[in-house]
Amino acid sequence: MAKSLRIIPEKCTGCMQCELACSWVQTGMFQPSRSLIRVNVFDEQASYAPYTCFQCDEAWCMTACPVNAISVNESTGAKVVGDSNCVGCGLCTIACPFGTVFYNPDTQKAFKCDLCDGNPACVVACPTGAIEYTESESADWLGGWAEKVNSSYVASIEGGETA
Amino acid sequence: MTNGGWKGTILRINLTNGQISKEPLNMDWAKAFVGGRGLAAKYLYEEMDPKADALSPENKMIFATGPMTGTNASTSSRYMVVTKGALTNAITTSNSGGHWGPELKFAGYDMLIVEGQAPTPSYISICNDDVRICSAEHIWGKTVWETDDIVREESGQHDTVVTCIGPAGENLVRFAAIVNDRHRAAGRSGVGAVMGSKNLKAIAVRGTGGVPVANPEKFMSSMWAMKNKLTEHPVTGEGLAAYGTAVLVNIINESGAMPTNNHQASQMDGADNISGETLTDTRLVANKACFSCTIACGRVSQLPGEAQDKFTVTTRPHNWKIAVEGPEYENAWAMGADCGINDLDALIKANALCNELGMDPISFGATLAAAMELYESGAVSEEITGMQLNFGNSDALIAMTEQAAYREGFGDELAEGSKRMTAKFNKPEFFMGVRGQEFPAYDARAIQGMGLGYATSNRGACHLKSYTVAPEILGIPEKMDPGVTEGKAEITKIFQDATCTVDASGLCLFLTFGVGLEEMQPQIEAVTGIPYTVSELLEVGERVWNIERMWNQRAGFSGKDDTLPKRLLEEPIPDGPTKGEVNRLGEMLPEYYKLRGWDSEGEPTKEKLASLGLG
Repeated sequence: MAKSLRIIPEKCTGCMQCELACSWVQTGMFQPSRSLIRVNVFDEQASYAPYTCFQCDEAWCMTACPVNAISVNESTGAKVVGDSNCVGCGLCTIACPFGTVFYNPDTQKAFKCDLCDGNPACVVACPTGAIEYTESESADWLGGWAEKVNSSYVASIEGGETA
Repeated sequence: MTNGGWKGTILRINLTNGQISKEPLNMDWAKAFVGGRGLAAKYLYEEMDPKADALSPENKMIFATGPMTGTNASTSSRYMVVTKGALTNAITTSNSGGHWGPELKFAGYDMLIVEGQAPTPSYISICNDDVRICSAEHIWGKTVWETDDIVREESGQHDTVVTCIGPAGENLVRFAAIVNDRHRAAGRSGVGAVMGSKNLKAIAVRGTGGVPVANPEKFMSSMWAMKNKLTEHPVTGEGLAAYGTAVLVNIINESGAMPTNNHQASQMDGADNISGETLTDTRLVANKACFSCTIACGRVSQLPGEAQDKFTVTTRPHNWKIAVEGPEYENAWAMGADCGINDLDALIKANALCNELGMDPISFGATLAAAMELYESGAVSEEITGMQLNFGNSDALIAMTEQAAYREGFGDELAEGSKRMTAKFNKPEFFMGVRGQEFPAYDARAIQGMGLGYATSNRGACHLKSYTVAPEILGIPEKMDPGVTEGKAEITKIFQDATCTVDASGLCLFLTFGVGLEEMQPQIEAVTGIPYTVSELLEVGERVWNIERMWNQRAGFSGKDDTLPKRLLEEPIPDGPTKGEVNRLGEMLPEYYKLRGWDSEGEPTKEKLASLGLG
């Protein structure tokens, strides 16, 4: 079974250490705009949700790519963009249902999480253990969490209208 | 050109004529003053007449990051607002975390200098090189949270970070704050009123660039060493992380150092009701970190359903149902113990109101405490206040928070700050502060060193300029007896200087609970590529402290202002473990001047200034 990134939003404090660590790997600078993991902040619900590529079994980014630039790393199972092949058309960024494939204006190529060849920098950097690199069969935890945030959001909106 | 840390560019905006310019950072100054509080003080010293009115177009505002800001070093989120304070008329250095400072760096700037006064309400929009002055006519009058929403929406970018003023800043409330990320504030000394006087509502920033590091290998290894120390330390790894800053409530109260009822007493009954422990047990929703911070002392709290309708204030009901940040120790004290209030729900509400309306909860709470003493002493009647203003009245707290921000009713008096307010009602002895700024949450009669720190603080009474509570109460790095004056001049000077260095670097002062300049030195060296030694960094701090002092002397302050209110010097603490204590400032001040290399009047000597390169 392949390892994947499992995110535990309840543990996230929104410190962005994962974004900083990822951008350091990507650019050698601290540059969150080039991070491949992003922390979404939902202020009124006090929720912080890091999200990144789930390395889908059925990877639409690979299907969409017209030049077969995205391949599977045999050892990690990560879907990896090959820079020499990528023509920067951006189709993969549109095809991804999660918005976790990005276009890098500096290199004019697509870029996405490659699991750092099996030692993800975001996992190492997270001070609260909100990102784990573990074996799992699916990313079902995502649905459960989305439902929770959604219901609390709906409750807060309804509360506002009735008050 | 810089190798790392600094971006090397200053953004300068003149609101009077709309001129926007970018200029290279003066690297000689950057090396001598590092950044943040230090470098901004140098620019303000060179560029501005300290005698100018704080609310006039001649006042300048500097929003300054440090070389560490925006890196992954823990707590590197800070920016400083340096200007002439509307509350104090002294140089002020108001610090804030969150995400705004790093975003300014990512946009390409070490500092933003704002000059002049916009002819009409305006806001500044920065997206990398694209800098504009936009109309704020449609958001003038809006709260901080509304402004945050609108300006972010208008920027068209989800990741835009906004710092802004609320109604308090627009109404020139003398303790108005500048608030970024909805809840993080450059809070003290009335920086929000200065921004309001410039007709500047908000500054939105989006940056996609990066912060380079001069020596990556050394930086990463020292970064991990510092982070690990913070994680292992009982304060930064456990206390602050588990309970937030309000973990101090019980500690300080039990020490008999918690000013209560406008400093009439030093302990409050029922203090545990507003402690970090109680907050965690009953109202906490989440811990929240500033950018890059591995401590995460920020609290997010929420009132349960039954508490949402507890108070009579009915405006903005929606906002009582959402999760809000705080309360922190300082505001739990100022609006709590100092006003005799131990109702946590009232404090959560009042604190959120301060954030929403853009107001410093410390000075506001302490001013309300002074007003309550005016009321109870009969110096102001209910006819003037419009409601009963007795100590312990949490309804009055909520009502007055709004009235002060909008300068309505008696709030108009509160909005002037307690020095001006108590003078107006002929009770100047009820003002509890220094240089016009109200004390924070530590009774200087119970902690001798804090008295010296308050009296000599360049920006007026402040807990963040020489936090000798650490050794005197918490035993960090080593325990000192809070009741003695011996050794306090020396520790105060060292703490003041070291704090200046931390504030110049872009790091948060809270990391000094767990690490010292020894641990920061390799980080600052690695990020800038400049081989500062620890003693050189401490000298940077001393240089900063002295240039702030010189600025204040030119503004009209002198050694005569290095004093405390009569209550702290002459009225003994009436009860509790510190019963009978007063602050013995006179035993510490002459030694302090001597250690500083100043003359007996508190004037920096030519020799001292020359040795610091300030002559």
